Order: sequence, then structure tokens, then C-alpha cells
Amino acid sequence: MQKSNLKILLALIIFLALFPLVVLNVGAVGHYLDVMIFVGIYSLINMGLSLLMGYAGQISLGHAAFFGLGAYTSGILCTKLSLSPWLAMVAGVFLTALIAYIVGVPSLKLKGHYLAMATLGFGVIVYIFFNEEVALTGGPSGFSDIPGLTIFGLDLDNELYYYILVWSLVLIIMIFSLNVINSRIGRALRSLHDSEVAADAMGVETSRFKIMIFVLSAAYASLAGSLYTHYVGFLSPSSFDLFLSIKLVMMVVVGGMHNIWGALLGTWLLTFLGNEWLHVFRDFDILVYGAVLLAIVMFLPEGLVDLSPKMRRLWKRS
Amino acid sequence: MEKISLLGQLTQYFFTGVTVGSIYALVAVGFNIIYNVTEIINFAQGEFVMLGGLVMVFLAAAANLPLPLAFVLTVAAVTGVGALMERFTINPLKNATVLTMIIVTIAVSIVLKGIAMFVWGKDPYIIPPFSGSKPIFILGAAIQTQTLWVLLITAVVVVLLSLFFKKTRYGKAMLACADDPEAARLVGIRVNSMILISFALSAAIGAVAGAIITPISLMEYDRGALLALKGFGAAVMGGLGSFYGAVVAGIFLGIIESFCAGFISSGYKDAVALLILLLVLYVRPSGLFGNVEASKIKEF
Repeated sequence: MQKSNLKILLALIIFLALFPLVVLNVGAVGHYLDVMIFVGIYSLINMGLSLLMGYAGQISLGHAAFFGLGAYTSGILCTKLSLSPWLAMVAGVFLTALIAYIVGVPSLKLKGHYLAMATLGFGVIVYIFFNEEVALTGGPSGFSDIPGLTIFGLDLDNELYYYILVWSLVLIIMIFSLNVINSRIGRALRSLHDSEVAADAMGVETSRFKIMIFVLSAAYASLAGSLYTHYVGFLSPSSFDLFLSIKLVMMVVVGGMHNIWGALLGTWLLTFLGNEWLHVFRDFDILVYGAVLLAIVMFLPEGLVDLSPKMRRLWKRS
Repeated sequence: MEKISLLGQLTQYFFTGVTVGSIYALVAVGFNIIYNVTEIINFAQGEFVMLGGLVMVFLAAAANLPLPLAFVLTVAAVTGVGALMERFTINPLKNATVLTMIIVTIAVSIVLKGIAMFVWGKDPYIIPPFSGSKPIFILGAAIQTQTLWVLLITAVVVVLLSLFFKKTRYGKAMLACADDPEAARLVGIRVNSMILISFALSAAIGAVAGAIITPISLMEYDRGALLALKGFGAAVMGGLGSFYGAVVAGIFLGIIESFCAGFISSGYKDAVALLILLLVLYVRPSGLFGNVEASKIKEF
């Protein structure tokens, strides 16, 4: 692993360890632990999206669907078939990866706007499916009483335990993703991002790598969906709508899509903004979200991770 | 109640389909105008329709202006929004990647949606039909007079647009930009202004679509995304960039959707339109009426 990544990783681990200590001892922000669990869940999805967008240069406006597929598979298998949640989670990941493969093969032949619209269309179709298949999914009102997770007899139905579980998974997936980025696949992906034609001409199997990353990112999203289901204990289609897909892309872009750490930063910022700090705006959070995204794309196209290097450059110039 | 005959039912679905289809066609035409000049797909295209509907509601119902005046003012206002969008978000981003362009237009669509929610709230609104609410009976089907307005106005828009592109200097200049922006610049066409006009024009068309459909299908702040998706479906099916293709495909999509809602399941009617979009994208991204040769040069 590169030294700079190792440093950030260590800093992150220290932050994650201190976070509950501080938050749980300051009454007013005690519920921040709950928000942080959601940050972790969305981070899982967004690390995959970052690989797909920032490294492979492909866009997906349908990742809420993969998140939802994982969530619903877990929920349905655990309540209707009383399957073990962990098995259901693995089943969800495989099912979602399979669907992502089936959708990905024809979709990733498309580029740019066409790919965006195809994934958007796919996302909306899955959302309609969740709404209409009432017998299976409970329809628009969803279903509840989804059991929580236990590990070796330890009940994880506790914010602190769940926080540790989610963020451990985030760290594992992060290390795995960093390895992907620094592997042959990662180099191939970067060449793809710069110029697909050139990569193709150099013998890089562009289409295979694109599909691999697409499927991997869907698997991440499915895992996140399962974790979401068991934490919330309740599912309804509105948690997996079109706006979530767009919000996920937004988090990645705001953080900085060319840097996988940016995905974490963007997720953290927008989740806290949305769940906590924007409550003053209540329903008008859409407007603020849009404005933040627009401002970032217009003035800081490399995302927030580029903020401090940019400041430094400006400082040096003046 | 007397049971409606099958023929009546078919006629009913047909007219419903053609009506919604006209709106998809107008959205698709809006996509095409911007795409032709800039090769950008404007994800905020559906938001223009939504704004058209809601501004019309405000002017016609709340401000009580006479309909024709409200209609003209609505189109003018949304045209302004389109022009502002181009000046403040598209124009400053010269040489941006496709990915950035997609995200910028999505950001604008979210902002427009947010503003609409801020101003009008989440409830759907309706305005009275342009000329009375007494339906006409054709082959046993009750057709709203507003349907005829929708068809008439869509036809007028399409004819005016094709005249604009064939006969006027501006229209020809815009087509030239579509062909080759560098060459257009060399012969003295201000490409910059053409891009501005393309956004203004397609906002205007979106506003027209929104204003004429609101008496039939109501309008609320978050209608834009789905309209944009289906309009895009029509644009792709018709071959991106082709006007007549877009119109035919839009109406076709509307009819299929309406028959599906009537005979199969109304819940899945949106899914059907999107499934068609995916199939066309996968199997024939140049569109059913598009030119395969020409589409190979473009960036899909």
C-alpha cells in the first residue's frame, strides 16, 4: 500500500475510535453515532461508485437499485424464509452481482449520456418493481419486523456495536479497493479513463474491466443494502428512489471522484448535512443539495479533496 | 352504467396515448435541439416542462390572467430560465468532459426542482382546460377538448420549428453548428450565441408542453425526471438529433404506454416505457429511424 494511503487510513482509524468516545459523552450530539452508521453504509456504496466514476470513467445513475436489491433480498429471505441474516447477505450480494452483470454487459457498451440514461432507466424500473410486487415486497408501504444481526450470540442491536461492524466493513472494503486501484486492474482502469481508444489499442481489455468494476460496485451497494435493512428493521421503496441514486453520485462528486477518499469525505459531509444540519430547511434540502453540487462542479471540479492543495497553490502564487 | 364498447375503449386509449405521446415528443424535440448544437443531453429538460406547468398554474389560476396572455408569459419566463441556465452553468464550463456536463445539468435540475418545491410545495396543481370541460364523443369514447388543444399546439410547434431550421438564418446557423462547430465559427457564425439560443428554445418548447398538459394530467414539482427519461427514450428511439423521428417515437411511446396501462397494469406503465428505452439503447442505439452511419461518428 502506498505510504500516503496508509497515513490517511491510520488517521481514519484513530478518528473512528475516538468518535464514539467523544460523541457518547456529549449528550447533545449523542445521536451522531446513529448518523455515522448511515455515513458508513452509504460510504460502502460510494467507494464502489468512486471506482466506477473516478477510476473507470463510467457513470451510474442507478446504484440505489443495487442498494435496494441487497436490502430487499436480505429482508425477504430473513422474514419469509427465516434464513440466517449472514447467509441472506451473501445471497443478496451474489444475486445483485448477477443482475449487475446482466444489465452491465449491454449497458457498458454505451458511453456518456447513453450510459447515464440506461442506468437511470434501470434504477426506475427496479423502483417500480419494489412498488408493484406487493406480495413479495409489501408494495409502497413496505414491510417491517426484519430481525437484527447477531454475531457469535452477541446481539448487535446496539448503536455502538453496529457502528463497529459497519465501519470495520468500510475499512476492509477500503483496503480491498485501494489494492484494486494499485493493481493491474487499477492501472488498466486509469488508462481507460484517460482514453478508451488508446487503452484498447494497447491491448487493455476495456470492456471486461468496465464490467468487472460495475459488478464490484453493485456488490458493495448490495452489502450496504443488507446492513441498512438489519439496522433500520423496516423497508419501503421510497428509500431506494431515483433521488437516492442521484444523491449518491452527488456525494462522490462533492468529495472528489478521482480520489476514493473523496467518496468518504463527500458521503460524510452530505449525510450530516442531510440528516442533521439541514433540518432548519426541512423540506427544502433538495434546493441546498442542488446548490452545493452545482457550486462544487463549477468551482471545484476535483471535489473537496482538492480544496487544500488548491488553497496551497493560490497561497504560493500570491 | 353502460359498459363502454371495446371499440370505444380502444379509441379512448389511443387518444390518451397520443396526448401523452405529444408531450414526450415535445420533450424529445427539446433534447434534440440542445444535442444538435452542443452534443449535450440536458438532464434538466423535464424540469422545463414542470416549470411550464406550474408557472402557467400561477399565472392562469392564481393571478387570474386571461389564458392566452398567461400562456405567452409562461413560455417567456421559462425561456428566460433556459437562457440563464446556459449563461451561468454551461457557458463557463468550456471543454468540460461528458461526465461533468451530465452532472452539471443534473445539478441544475435539482436546483430547479428545489425552487419549484420552495414556491409551490409538494401538492399537484391543476388549471381548467383551455376551452370548456365538455367532452366530445368519438366512436363511443369521451375525448376532452384539451386533448385537441394538445395535438393542435404540438403540431404548430413542430411545423414552426422545421420552418425555423429550414428557412431562417438563425435556424440554418444552428444546424451548421451541429454539423461542425469549428467550421461554423470559421464562416462567421457565433457558436456561443447559437448555444444560448438552443437552450432558450428548448426551454420554450418544454414550457409549451407543460402548459398544455397541466389541465389533463396536473403538475407537481417532481414530475420532471420521469418526463425527461421518457422524452429521452423517444429521442433515442427516433434517432438522436432527428425531429420527425422524435415526434413519431414520442407518440408511439405514448400509445404503447396507454394501451399497457389499459390492458395490462397501470402500475407498470412507466416500466414499459423505460424497458423500451433500454431495449432500444441495447439493440439499436442509433434509433429506429436514425442513421446508423451517422450515429457511429457521435459519442455514445
